[in-house]
Amino acid sequence: MSQVALSIQGVDKIYRRRGRPPVHAVRTLDMQVGSGEIVALLGSSGCGKTSTLRMIAGFEDVTSGSITLAGRRIDRLEPASRGVTMAFEGYSLYPPLTVRDNIAFALKSARLPAREVDKTVEDMARLVDIEPILDRYPSSISGGQQQRASLARALARRADLYLLDEPMGQLEPQLRAILRGRLKNLLVERGMTSIFVTHDQTEANALADRIAVMEGGILQQFADPKTLRERPANLFVATFVGEPPMNVFAATVAVGDRVSFAVDDGPVFSFSSNELPLDVRDAIGGRKRATIGVRPHAVRLGAGPNEARVVSNQWLGDQSHLAMDVAGKLMVAVSHARIAARSGDLVAFRVGAADLHIFDSDTGAAVSHGLAPACG
Amino acid sequence: MEHTSGLERALRGVALALIVVFFLFPILWIFLMSFQTNEEILRIPPSPFFTPTLGNYAALISGKLTTVSGTLDIAFMRNLWNSVLLSTASVAIALVLGVPAAYAFARFKFRLGEDIAFTLLSFRFAPPLLVLLPLSLYFQQLGLTDTYAGLIWVYQLIALPLILWIVRGYFEDISPDIEHAYRVAGHSWWSTFTRIAVPLAGPGIAAAGLLAFIFCWNNFVFALILASADKQPVTVGALAFVTASGIQYGQIAAAIVLSVTPTLALALYAQRYLVEGLSLGAVKG
Ligand SMILES: Nc1ncnc2c1ncn2[C@@H]1O[C@H](COP(=O)(O)OP(=O)(O)OP(=O)(O)O)[C@@H](O)[C@H]1O
Ligand SMILES: [Mg+2]
Repeated sequence: MSQVALSIQGVDKIYRRRGRPPVHAVRTLDMQVGSGEIVALLGSSGCGKTSTLRMIAGFEDVTSGSITLAGRRIDRLEPASRGVTMAFEGYSLYPPLTVRDNIAFALKSARLPAREVDKTVEDMARLVDIEPILDRYPSSISGGQQQRASLARALARRADLYLLDEPMGQLEPQLRAILRGRLKNLLVERGMTSIFVTHDQTEANALADRIAVMEGGILQQFADPKTLRERPANLFVATFVGEPPMNVFAATVAVGDRVSFAVDDGPVFSFSSNELPLDVRDAIGGRKRATIGVRPHAVRLGAGPNEARVVSNQWLGDQSHLAMDVAGKLMVAVSHARIAARSGDLVAFRVGAADLHIFDSDTGAAVSHGLAPACG
Repeated sequence: MEHTSGLERALRGVALALIVVFFLFPILWIFLMSFQTNEEILRIPPSPFFTPTLGNYAALISGKLTTVSGTLDIAFMRNLWNSVLLSTASVAIALVLGVPAAYAFARFKFRLGEDIAFTLLSFRFAPPLLVLLPLSLYFQQLGLTDTYAGLIWVYQLIALPLILWIVRGYFEDISPDIEHAYRVAGHSWWSTFTRIAVPLAGPGIAAAGLLAFIFCWNNFVFALILASADKQPVTVGALAFVTASGIQYGQIAAAIVLSVTPTLALALYAQRYLVEGLSLGAVKG
């Protein structure tokens, strides 16, 4: 990571409302974002993503902790002097102004010459494809157009940090894919440090240098997309990131000559000491129980010690999704070859040691990923 | 728009006409009365035909009320001026104090905020007469009896809660993020309030101001008790038309027409803003 632009240290947010129990929306959040880095904030609804952005922008006080941006402590500053811009979840265009003036008002307050303002507005409008509606009022354009106008407004101004709260949530996949590319170009070209919230993992993977996964107000893991996929820090990240989600089973562990995981009322996955290296065995330690996981893409079909009955088999045009009944749960396998199995058929499969994820059965923290123990 | 048949439209027209006649007839009748002499008004049966006279208005404007038993001085024009002064000043002050307060109550959740807002509203629950007795004692000690300042102060009891509560609702309907977008673009809290929040709540502020003006204008008891003749508004001044030699219906009618005019003019003027605000489209967002 290059120079640190944004540093969030031990930030908590507790909403207190009279007569209602307090809501602990963000818990001891620590996060460092490098200069020019693009970060995606991923997590289920209500996990504290918007709260985090609002604290950075200054619309909500931090309950405790500190935020530093571009070398300045900003968590007590007015929003106006923090040097951030934000695109809002609810668009929040100013109704009495046209789309053009909405995009321009941020630039005008920065006292830029009129010609430069016009040019920037046109550029941003072109970027998000709203040139034809520049002179319309927000009440007379569609939700998706409002969203794009709001995104253009947030991008138009120069800032130390760009906060984009679900900037493309309302758009159809085709347009989203196009805008994603243009947005990425813009952000990279100008080295714009940015944090964007999204529910779309493809978008997160395509745009972000690193992805922050949040749940229950807690930052679960903050890493690049590849690490998230291959070395999820805990069970939540493992099952939340990736499509279809990771298959996980509670199992009883037996460590002897071979290491075996007996899924409750189900198959046994067993590995020789050649397959599972010593440090993975060490990481497992004296555990009697563990949660094991395997990604759908890593389930090898057609051969191997285990068998399961097919529940459904879908060909999606470029891949097969095979759902099998394993220990009363569904286990999904994805194959790029077309698989002939029909529901009811028995299919043989195996899970390689290199594809095995092991998690602590109580805390859900990762124990090992494939052939290496999880660090930390 | 639903499709409506011709019959339906005709019936609707008739119903509307009936309502308009029902509500406007008294006003029209008073308007006609203001151009008649007392004898013409009181003749039986009443007739809409008469020779119009400007005598009533002349009497009001000159301040000389001529009755069968002699000439009386009345201060109608002064009363009218007092009404304008008291109502305008009261509403102006209530707006200056009430609009920022309404914004604070809508936006900032502070301790006791709800209680303070409710206390302000509760001023409207107490019957004015109940408030008046202690108030007039205080006013005598403070030297505020029979002053414009004292009256304007008391009129805040009428105007302030009204403005506070109506405008607060309008502020609450504006999405805070519209203001946030403006603030994060480098604008101060104050300029966001004046440039974004107030214009968006404009129709509400106009409506509240108009309503407060009408309530102040129509107030009777406060001025009756706390002020003497030369500070009293038209509502109190109208008592002068009940003279020893009878009630001067013609002058009363003319006085009503004159005293309704400012409120009516204001309402028509404010209506522009009300409509303009609505046609700007949804404020909620
Ligand atoms: N002003 C508020 N007062 C009280 N609770 C709030 C407030 N704003 C948010 N919350 C609560 O804080 C938690 C986090 O909310 P937040 O808006 O940050 O979620 P989010 O991750 O952005 O969700 P989404 O993906 O649905 O936008 C939620 O439980 C929410 O109900
Ligand atoms: Mg959100």
